[in-house]
Amino acid sequence: MNKNQIPVGPFHPLLEEAEYFNITVEGETVTDIEMDIGWMHRGHEFISEQKTFTQSIFLVERICGICSTSHPIACVHAIEDIDNVEIPLRARYIRTLVAELERIHSHLLWLGLAGHFIGYDTLWMWAWKYREPILQMFEIISGNRNHYGMMRVGGVARDVDVDKIAALSKILDQVDEKMEMIAKAANDDPVLKSRLQGVGILKHQDAVNFCAVGPTARASGVKIDVRKDEPTDAYDLVDFKVIVLKNGDVYDKTVVRLLEIFESSKIIRQCMKKLRTANGPILNSVKEIPPGEGIGRYEAPRGEVFHYMRSDGSNRPIRHKVRAPSFNNIPTYIASCKGIPLADALITLAAVDPCYCCTERAIRINHSAEGAQPIDLLRLSREKTERIRRTIHGA
Amino acid sequence: MGWYNKRLAKSIWVFHMSGSPCNNCDIEILDLLTPRYDLERLGIKLVGSIRHADVLLVTGIFNQKVAPKLKRIYEQAPKPIFVVAIGTCPASGCCFKDSYNAVAKREDILPIDLYIPGCPPKPEAMIEGVAKLVEVLNG
Repeated sequence: MNKNQIPVGPFHPLLEEAEYFNITVEGETVTDIEMDIGWMHRGHEFISEQKTFTQSIFLVERICGICSTSHPIACVHAIEDIDNVEIPLRARYIRTLVAELERIHSHLLWLGLAGHFIGYDTLWMWAWKYREPILQMFEIISGNRNHYGMMRVGGVARDVDVDKIAALSKILDQVDEKMEMIAKAANDDPVLKSRLQGVGILKHQDAVNFCAVGPTARASGVKIDVRKDEPTDAYDLVDFKVIVLKNGDVYDKTVVRLLEIFESSKIIRQCMKKLRTANGPILNSVKEIPPGEGIGRYEAPRGEVFHYMRSDGSNRPIRHKVRAPSFNNIPTYIASCKGIPLADALITLAAVDPCYCCTERAIRINHSAEGAQPIDLLRLSREKTERIRRTIHGA
Repeated sequence: MGWYNKRLAKSIWVFHMSGSPCNNCDIEILDLLTPRYDLERLGIKLVGSIRHADVLLVTGIFNQKVAPKLKRIYEQAPKPIFVVAIGTCPASGCCFKDSYNAVAKREDILPIDLYIPGCPPKPEAMIEGVAKLVEVLNG
């Protein structure tokens, strides 16, 4: 059968962000998929190295609008790791509270968009309607619906006092009720099952080979969660389960996210209970950052986000490296999209909850008539590592 | 074009384009279409093709790679089309103004008619912006 190539993008109605897919099909079956990113690259790492540590927290918040507290948490962990800063107990609970609220909002957002992608707009409207109270909670806590600006080195920027907690728990009760309704509806829905079950299967071995993280890996039976594996903040003080399913299809990815919403809600309740009684400071003031390097890890809604910071003793980082979860998850397309019909490929592409804004730390601009030329990324990476080693250890 | 614009203002169809934003304004645009704000009650609808659109919503700082594509999409649009820039990024560059990858002058890429600043702007602010646009179109 003839092989045909279908170009999709960079602006297409499926995803919000710009990205380019080159899908090779035989008849209606997808045989290969290539993608070109870089449309969202803003040079975060470079700008961060021009700013002070406190400013770079503000900056990393704007890496991605959806996980806009996961990046700051990983970033402050990296800075705190340089100096081994102690974080006050109350600040740890507030960090966890905000982060878990964000997880609920992100998963609901994805659930709605997934409904939209399979042409099931009712689910989209529902999920986004019940996401609004979460944004309202953010507005109560931080004053903004997105981009909360809560993280500081050594603690948090704002306190969540008892009056606010009362208001928050009232809203959370309503959200929980609606979540159960959505979970039951999604579970009983024949439309969702027939569109999603057995579609875009990512096998356990493939998930391991591609180093998938987050719900993408957990739906394929890989038990990986930074919150449990290397607990930071208040995660070792609260009780929650890591949701792991084994089929690896889009339906399981949906169910993992739905169940994680309930786990997050459980964590938030425990944090609120502690915040009512655990009084104390919220910020451990840090005067200066000594020379050294540190890493920060945090489980964002999409998986593990990793930040690396190097300081030379001044008030600015001399190196800031970011690795977002979608960087690992996006290549799993190659395993999960091959051999499925084109109509199913679109929801499979969306199923890993890709965030290109998070991922794009490098860019390749090619305006030539021949189109994009392949570059050996492995060679580039090795050359760069060699260069860094020379600067650190001397020639 | 006064009579044409008046007809346009009755039901604005928008096309959304992201020119390297942080995704947040884009989500807030989608948020406007969902039940709490529900812009469809005012006749505003998100369409999948630039050929159907009356208004182009654009976000982000326009990086070097995406800028030629934005220009091309604007050229493909049937005129008159109004460009609404959402967020602080198209207005001032936000915290990315020092980026090596941002275009020097965003006005050269697209003729922006209306700025709605904010990081991200509140949905209420976006509705007000659109209302102002309708007012201008009605003359």
